[in-house]
Amino acid sequence: MKNKHYENRLGITGWLGGGRWGVERYLYILHRLTGLAILGFFLLHIFASSARMYGPENWNAAMQILKNPVLKVGEFLVFVAFAFHALNGIRLILIELGLAVGRAEEPIFPYKSSINNQRPLMVVAMVLAGILIAFGGFNAFFMSH
Amino acid sequence: MKETAYWTWFIIAAIVILVLAGLHMVVMHLPALGVYNPASGAATDWQNVAFRSQHQFIAFTYIILLAAALYHGLYGLRTIVFELGPTKAFQEVFTVVLWIVGLILFGVGAYADLAAKSVGRVL
Repeated sequence: MKNKHYENRLGITGWLGGGRWGVERYLYILHRLTGLAILGFFLLHIFASSARMYGPENWNAAMQILKNPVLKVGEFLVFVAFAFHALNGIRLILIELGLAVGRAEEPIFPYKSSINNQRPLMVVAMVLAGILIAFGGFNAFFMSH
Repeated sequence: MKETAYWTWFIIAAIVILVLAGLHMVVMHLPALGVYNPASGAATDWQNVAFRSQHQFIAFTYIILLAAALYHGLYGLRTIVFELGPTKAFQEVFTVVLWIVGLILFGVGAYADLAAKSVGRVL
């Protein structure tokens, strides 16, 4: 297929704005923002975890820095991003495979939207993400390890 | 690589990450379960780290997870940037840059994984 170039007149504003679209449009934005946050964390994580190749002294020194309470909160926020991104990602893959969007129908007015068909899946995915985040928060702040 | 191939690998990488990062979370954040944490205490205690560093399966999954996460993350970044409507020339250069950055980071992470294996064995 020929690769055409289309102008994006709204730029970043068009990317962030949900407009008249439903909650799924905001999940789309959140999916991208959490993806960028996780990528940023992951790049740091590659270098931080590489400290283990220099032996126990360097490893323990690196871990001492990470025990800072601010970084502990940051680590939990990464988990929040990860839980949301993972569950929303599963939803997107299922939809991409044609699951949970209903059968294809002849477009007869009044048209049915597949958004309404997949909404229960979205609710389930977000509830599961919420449960995972609550468990992660409890584990991070109330269980000593 | 064709866009469809890029995208298919992106989805495959997502599934790999779901499985391996899930395992990584259990190992690192639920040490009480004792999964790849033979010594009592935190998953980041050196005895546990040295044990995992020498473990063939963990060392192998770390490299697979590293590759999958880098590919998935950098392809995601590429998609976001392309949605902002850059020119075709910029898209091509950006793709090459991401490949180079990704391969360098993969080299760093994989080297650390293999080097840690020998450190864990010596100590």
